[in-house]
Amino acid sequence: MNWELIFGQIKWTSFVFAGMIENPSLSEAIASGAGSIAVLGALATVILLTVKGWWVPLWRDWLTSVDHKKVGIMYIAIALVMFARAVIEAALMRAQQLAATEGAGFLSADHFGQLFSTHGTIMIFFVAMPFITGLMNYVMPLQIGARDVSFPLLNAISLMLTMAGAILIMVSLVVGQFSTGGWSAYPPFTGIEFSPGEGVDYWIWAVSLGSIGSTLTGLNFAVTIYKKRCPGMTLFRMPLFTWTTLCTSILMIFAMAPLTAATVMLALDRYAGFHFFTNGDGGNMMNYANLFWLFGHPEVYILILPAFGVWSEVVATFSSKRIYGYTSLVYATMCIAVLSFAVWLHHFFTMGQSANVNAIFGIATMIIGVPTGVKVYDWLLTMVGGRIRFSTAMLYHINFLLTFILGGMTGVLLANPGVDFQVHNTLFLVAHFHNMIIPGVLFGMFAAVQFWFPKVFGFRLHEGLGRASFWCFAPGFLLAFFPLYWLGMMGATRRTYMWSEPAYLPWLALAMLGAALILAGFALMVMQIVVSVRQRAQLAAPLGDPWDGRALEWSIPSPPPAWNFAVLPAVSSQDPFYEAKKAGIAYRSPTTYEDIEVPRNTATAPLIGLFACAWAFALVWHIWWLVIASFVLIWVVVIARSFATDTEETIPAATVKAANEAFLAAARAAPGVSRDREMTSENRGRALPESLEGRSGAISTGPAVEVLS
Amino acid sequence: MSLSERLHPGVNLAGTDPESHVAAEEVLFGFWIFLMSDLVLFAVLFATYAAMSVQGIAEGPRPAEVFDLTAAFLETLLLLFSSFAFGFAMLEMKYRENRRGVLVWLLLTGVLGAAFVGMELHDYYVMITEHAAPPQASGFLSAYYLLTGTHALHVSSGLVWMAIMAVQIAVLGFSTPVKLRLMRLALFWHMLDVVWIGIFTFVYLFGVAS
Repeated sequence: MNWELIFGQIKWTSFVFAGMIENPSLSEAIASGAGSIAVLGALATVILLTVKGWWVPLWRDWLTSVDHKKVGIMYIAIALVMFARAVIEAALMRAQQLAATEGAGFLSADHFGQLFSTHGTIMIFFVAMPFITGLMNYVMPLQIGARDVSFPLLNAISLMLTMAGAILIMVSLVVGQFSTGGWSAYPPFTGIEFSPGEGVDYWIWAVSLGSIGSTLTGLNFAVTIYKKRCPGMTLFRMPLFTWTTLCTSILMIFAMAPLTAATVMLALDRYAGFHFFTNGDGGNMMNYANLFWLFGHPEVYILILPAFGVWSEVVATFSSKRIYGYTSLVYATMCIAVLSFAVWLHHFFTMGQSANVNAIFGIATMIIGVPTGVKVYDWLLTMVGGRIRFSTAMLYHINFLLTFILGGMTGVLLANPGVDFQVHNTLFLVAHFHNMIIPGVLFGMFAAVQFWFPKVFGFRLHEGLGRASFWCFAPGFLLAFFPLYWLGMMGATRRTYMWSEPAYLPWLALAMLGAALILAGFALMVMQIVVSVRQRAQLAAPLGDPWDGRALEWSIPSPPPAWNFAVLPAVSSQDPFYEAKKAGIAYRSPTTYEDIEVPRNTATAPLIGLFACAWAFALVWHIWWLVIASFVLIWVVVIARSFATDTEETIPAATVKAANEAFLAAARAAPGVSRDREMTSENRGRALPESLEGRSGAISTGPAVEVLS
Repeated sequence: MSLSERLHPGVNLAGTDPESHVAAEEVLFGFWIFLMSDLVLFAVLFATYAAMSVQGIAEGPRPAEVFDLTAAFLETLLLLFSSFAFGFAMLEMKYRENRRGVLVWLLLTGVLGAAFVGMELHDYYVMITEHAAPPQASGFLSAYYLLTGTHALHVSSGLVWMAIMAVQIAVLGFSTPVKLRLMRLALFWHMLDVVWIGIFTFVYLFGVAS
């Protein structure tokens, strides 16, 4: 019997536990422990779903759903699960580096290599990307007054491809090993000659699935924003989060293709003996460096722009002011999006191109500081004279302004090729990009969760625990990463698993302390969610507008109905909902309701995701029958779906009317809550606008008035 | 916006089927953006080829030694005529909604497209057997096979898509979704023509001239 025909290259020694049995050590014990957590976590999930009888609702209400809101929530769920793994890996690496200042520490070099590779890969592709994609998915259609994205099924397929990639990475904990080539997977190290195992293949296929999903997401959102804005919403009336979503989508359309090309070429080198990036035979790894960073640098802005959008919404709302310099923020966003394609070469200043080329790319890199600076001033000036409430989201924003500027300045330092020659490949660089991505992207997403959570689930998050979590995250971040600047200048190289330099010890200890604080922050954040769910009755804010919001998403109930807007709104200004509240015409009933068509749930997307996951797994392990079978099945599903004709269902006007009128009546009857009391249980989601406080009856409770003809 | 102002790339149905024309606007715009992203992929492959065809020869054969310009020219003609035939299929669909007419033109398109793919496979066979130029021979050849292979893969997917559309026309008739799919397939097919013109020029003509 030729087992290789059936199982490919999987042997019993491929399983992580075999290492522990054959060659017991602390490093192997940790690997087995992580594998056990993955297996037990999966088992626990299966048992929980079975015991609670949740399989059917999970399938019927979630996995087969094409509703952009549910898709968005599932994206963020993926991000949080993967974040838990990646942040623990980060703490483990810190502990190893601390333990290995004099001696070898407790992890093997190979294990450490896998840790930084999975940490980086997961944080970029399976935390940050799903987080921003989920958020854009949920919020953007609501902000532009649309009922859905342009291609709901494609949206669900993008989600399932991302989920397939995430599952593949989790599987790599148990079956086989992950790449040791870092998140950027530079050949020739990741070529077959130096990395003959399955690790790089896990990286290739997980990242490819994620990047295909992101390409489809980008085109879906761009079309949605161009074609599905409600009447009256011109481009320059779009909320800033929608603007950043648009620019991010365009970046995704253009930037993901080079990554796909690079991963395919690397795969061809590894699987078929091609010579794109090999040493010799005409291969050249600089091709990879160019392709990867042609994706990789715009990627940085794919991640940061949505967070910039979040900050714009948060600062305006919690300052009770119109955003300062709307137009300049829009143009700054566009400038950043364009410039992001002009700087990729700064990732390899030291790899031998001429000084002139380095100078041009150095200057281009520094120029990005200009539009970013414009944004920072706009946010600061939004706060000037505003009525600032220090909610958790606002605390994150203020912390972001301070720390992001520091990170930006170290970026300008690195943009100088001369300085870069000194500190490249050291922890200085590690400190810099964490300094951008953590306060910029991650804290931006945390602020977004605090800000939009009541919109998504109908109740606010516990404010005290939110602030407690913030007060661990913010100093934790400073402690964990600012020592790395110093270590980098002392010459500590990145991705190093041990060294013999006692002078590093105090700084590494500080960084470890920071990592512990970050872990505590994450624990408090999980606790915040658990406690909030328990106290959801006191925290309920079903009337939709807990923070005195400005854009259209706050004008509908929380959580929003499947159809989002009972009647498509018509807008005539920026901040349309805020203007309506000020004019006293919010919460008025429309004169007529119409039937609404919504897409039916379908198994298409989860099936494609399932087969894509099997396909990628089979490719990693060279299980050729499964490669062919799952590839065929993917296309069978697509073709079968193309013959389906009955893909939409109609929600009758009466249903829509009953739900919407009940909501409007409750909103009109509610007393409204002043800004001072918004963190108390009085806040049921009908904010009394700042400008109207003290004037009773300012919000019309009169008879139905036509909103849209 | 009036109906006639809502124009999109490819054949427009405003005059003959206004309802489908309105439905086409969003999906065709979306498909156009997909094609742009696909073109970025090809641009990246072209750039890689441009670098590798000069720097990546190593010990392997040079472009001028392995390319057959006659074959490439015939392939160009096949692909151009197939696009021409697809144009007639679209006109039949737009003005007559004539199933037989559309199917005949689609069949001609498919035969020409399949002949193109067949010729290209033959080229590969000749290169590998007579010139000892498989993709593993050098960086240049790796880039050559990936660029032309990606194009050939696109053409082949187009052929599969065409076959499915033929079935859908026969089973579902000219419903709005079927029309929109045909319109997108047409855009896809014409784009492959454009990409091939780039390949013919930059790979074959430049390669033989160098």
